[in-house]
Amino acid sequence: MQYERQEAGQSAHQDVVLFVRNIKKQISGKTIINDITFEVRAGEIFGFLGPNGAGKTTTIRMLVDLIKPSSGEILICGEDIGRHPEAALRHVGCIVENPEAYSYLTGWENLEHFARMQRGIDNARIREVAAIVGLDARIHDKVRTYSLGMRQRLGIAQALLGQPKLLILDEPTNGLDPKGIKELREFVRMLADQGMSLFISSHLLSEIQMMCDRVAIISRGKVLAVGTVDELIHGADNYVVWQFEQPEAGRRLLAGEGDVELVLEHEHRIDESLLAGMKEALITAMNPDRISALVEKAVRAGIGIVSVHSIAPTLEQLFLRMTEGESIE
Amino acid sequence: MNRLLPLIQNETLKIWKKKRFFVIVLVLLTLIPIFTYAQLRITETNKKNFKDWRNQLVQQISEYQNTLSSDRIPDEWKRSRQIAVQQLQYYLDHDVNPNSPDGVTFTRIFLSNAVTLFFPLLVLALASDLVSGERTSGTIKMLLTRPVRRWKILFSKLVALSLYVSLTVVVSAVLCYLISGALLGYNGWGMPVFTGFFINGSSVESGLVHAIPQWLYLLMEAGLIWVSAMTVALLALMVSVLVRSTAGSIVTMMAAVISGTILSSMASSWHSAKFIFSVNLQLTDYLAGSPPPITGMSLGFSLVILACWGIISLVVSFSVFTRQDILN
Repeated sequence: MQYERQEAGQSAHQDVVLFVRNIKKQISGKTIINDITFEVRAGEIFGFLGPNGAGKTTTIRMLVDLIKPSSGEILICGEDIGRHPEAALRHVGCIVENPEAYSYLTGWENLEHFARMQRGIDNARIREVAAIVGLDARIHDKVRTYSLGMRQRLGIAQALLGQPKLLILDEPTNGLDPKGIKELREFVRMLADQGMSLFISSHLLSEIQMMCDRVAIISRGKVLAVGTVDELIHGADNYVVWQFEQPEAGRRLLAGEGDVELVLEHEHRIDESLLAGMKEALITAMNPDRISALVEKAVRAGIGIVSVHSIAPTLEQLFLRMTEGESIE
Repeated sequence: MNRLLPLIQNETLKIWKKKRFFVIVLVLLTLIPIFTYAQLRITETNKKNFKDWRNQLVQQISEYQNTLSSDRIPDEWKRSRQIAVQQLQYYLDHDVNPNSPDGVTFTRIFLSNAVTLFFPLLVLALASDLVSGERTSGTIKMLLTRPVRRWKILFSKLVALSLYVSLTVVVSAVLCYLISGALLGYNGWGMPVFTGFFINGSSVESGLVHAIPQWLYLLMEAGLIWVSAMTVALLALMVSVLVRSTAGSIVTMMAAVISGTILSSMASSWHSAKFIFSVNLQLTDYLAGSPPPITGMSLGFSLVILACWGIISLVVSFSVFTRQDILN
């Protein structure tokens, strides 16, 4: 009976696992979330980007019924979270902010605790998720003795217990070392390959870029853009950085080209660390296809070339362009 | 109900694993021997001074009567002394020792002294961090994002709390009897205790007074203690829902309980103070026939007041917990 109802609900929204429309939230008179709309499809990794204070965590809390939206609609697998939280949350596993666990219980007891809150999770499943996150060796130790990385794994194990269709991770890379981040990325990809949808928030755009199929960019409680990473990058400036043996002659050469735009030092949006150690670099906005022709021209003019870098646009650049002129409150 | 049992199991397990109940047992194991020893010394001194407990009672009565003639004693005291004299006289007339040195009597007196402060304190150790502790540790976010309605979670916490409060009352009585019995003797179950004193102004009406065996008295006493302990537990649960930090929740409840104790001893002329819950906690006094802190209070009155506080706490706890936004 229940199964049929669920089927009907799903067919109405095709393969949309999470459907968010026009949600708003006011807290004590202040509008924190101002109209957020997006959807997450089955089997995709969806990135949720925004600077600190943009409303990421508030939105996530609304997705999992920790906060009630002032208006708007949230459907998880076709179930309204406000009206049927029990039915909707059955499909969700989540970690909101830090992975929390009862430190006076063992990892196993924590998993058992959360397993009792859902139907049909037996000890075999607990063993299985402990093995999936690679925690089986320490599972019977008190959580008090766990490192941050292990708590993170325990949190993910807990979220996976009920075999959710949607896994929500809030800033999952926080506090992880580069190796941990790489492992997390592979893990997330593995889950998505098994058909699970993942919703990942972050303020570190480079990580999302490497992890996600589609992203929503939010700022000040509003969605600025939703799309695939490629689509969003397409509109961004493409930078080429030049280093000449005779910088002045080089500058004159590039300035003479109609389709090359010289970018001033303080106007570009390239990560400073990329430019470190590049003396008197000239930054241009141009089509990278023109590089070889220009190199040839410079050589013919007797201008020695030290290096040419084509810098792939990052979501950072994109993000900065979209949130341009916005002051941090 | 089938879905609730695992939740209750969760909450019971968490309180147990937090070792809260061990702390309570440890406190009892420390305090009871101390009081038992004090009682033992009193008994020994009395034995030295009085060959017979009757002589001791006669002396106590005459001491009380002497203070009654003094002008410096406030009227309140005089009235309670007058009542005490009449009660002691009743025991003397019926040839029953009200302070017989044995394990059961000690337990009875210890429990009735513990009801206003000691039991509330133990209850707070269990109840104060039930919800605020989950908020402090952040685990409330895990708890409330599982596919379980919020009221079920709070209800399971309430059931677990009730279990532990009941257990605390029982374990206190049992430990008290076992420890004090070792020094004072394990008898006294059948000793008659008088109850049913009806206080009318400054005189005691003994028309309804009857003797009941001490075991029955102890049972009634434990029941009343359970009622006042549960009221404190419900209030503490509410405060735990409303106040985010555990420390804040403990301090709020301790202040409420202690202020009630202070008020009981000074608020006899402020009549509306009798509606404050903590003034009504000393339910066992009605059984023993001691004068109530404020005239006009009776067992029925106090039970109704405590029930009102309990119900209000439950309504507030559930309506806030099921609706509030979890922001931190």
